Amino acid sequence: MERIPILRIGEFLLVTIQVDMHDQLAMNLQDDLSSRIQTTGARGVLLDISGLDMVDSFMGRMIANISALSRVLDATTVVVGMQPAVAITLVELGMTLPGVRTALNAELGMQMLSSAVASEESADGGHRTG
Amino acid sequence: MTAQSQAVALLQDGVAKLHPAWLADLKAAAGSDKSRVSDSELNDQTREFLQLMAQASRNGLPDIDSEAGAPLRRFLETLSRSRAAQGATSSQTATFVFSLKRSIFAALRTALANDSRGLADETWAVSELLDRLGLFTVVSFQKSRESIIERQREEMLELSTPVVKLWDGVLALPMIGTLDSARTQVVMESLLQRIVETGSAIAILDITGVPTVDTLVAQHLLKTVTAIRLMGADCIISGVRPQIAQTIVHLGIDLEGITTKATLADALALAFKRSGFTVTKTGS
Repeated sequence: MERIPILRIGEFLLVTIQVDMHDQLAMNLQDDLSSRIQTTGARGVLLDISGLDMVDSFMGRMIANISALSRVLDATTVVVGMQPAVAITLVELGMTLPGVRTALNAELGMQMLSSAVASEESADGGHRTG
Repeated sequence: MTAQSQAVALLQDGVAKLHPAWLADLKAAAGSDKSRVSDSELNDQTREFLQLMAQASRNGLPDIDSEAGAPLRRFLETLSRSRAAQGATSSQTATFVFSLKRSIFAALRTALANDSRGLADETWAVSELLDRLGLFTVVSFQKSRESIIERQREEMLELSTPVVKLWDGVLALPMIGTLDSARTQVVMESLLQRIVETGSAIAILDITGVPTVDTLVAQHLLKTVTAIRLMGADCIISGVRPQIAQTIVHLGIDLEGITTKATLADALALAFKRSGFTVTKTGS
């Protein structure tokens, strides 16, 4: 069965979509990702969709779902590399993806993840001592 | 058929028989309104038209839709185009053809002084021909005007969407003119494309040149801002004039979550701050 590879980099998971997504592939990715976050205890997910040049509302919902489910599993998701056409399509579909973090490219996305995790840890730490 | 041949004979020898009278009529007609066409140009154009008429009427009165009428059509199209470019009105352009009637009718009246039936038939035939030529002129005049307008519209669309790089990682888009759906689409696409190309994390939308903001324009702005956010960049809207700020509040448009600044300078200062630059004054 076709699968999207999920790579572990330190405490983050890297998901790069480089093929045309179809619905079953998207469902598999959600399942795989949630179990991988659980088994690895990852703190962040970097979802690179720079290779994705066509989206529909289902794909938009998948992005929102991945972000939401990793939040529940205590991991921050950053979506990086969205193509202009994809962004315009999602906006026209009315999917503004509130609450989903975005970055221009993988490098900036990594920085964003690191700082988000760091600030969360300091906030948690502060809570415990306080 | 002898009656028909009078008009044909007249047209075949048009340059000699009709040209002086027609030219005088044309000049008289143009005298009242400011003529943009010089006398020598008019002279050449009328001469060429009559020559083409003579060629086309070798086998009787020309049918302008036929193959024989093709040079005439081309000539009238060129004429209409040049008149449209010179800013003439459609009636001024059509007068070029219609003014020929007078001289032809006068010549026919002299030739057929004793044949009132023939005169009426000939007059009708010539009148019909000239009407069709005149209408053709008006139609091609309109076509060339429309193509001029279309070209200008496209040029304006291109002119109005310059994406400028203000600093490393800071793009600005000064919007000028009314925002409609088509323009917003172009603006959005070119801005997003430039964000990808330059990897800029901050985009400033300057709406100083946007005359009015209504709910539709606001919706377009919101769409652009959301698309920019989805791509992973930040967007600042600048150049909100007091009246526009009032309008936005009165219309109840929700700009929650969007950074707005009064001037482009303020927006640039914020962009510097966010990307970690500081501007200092050196010297005294």
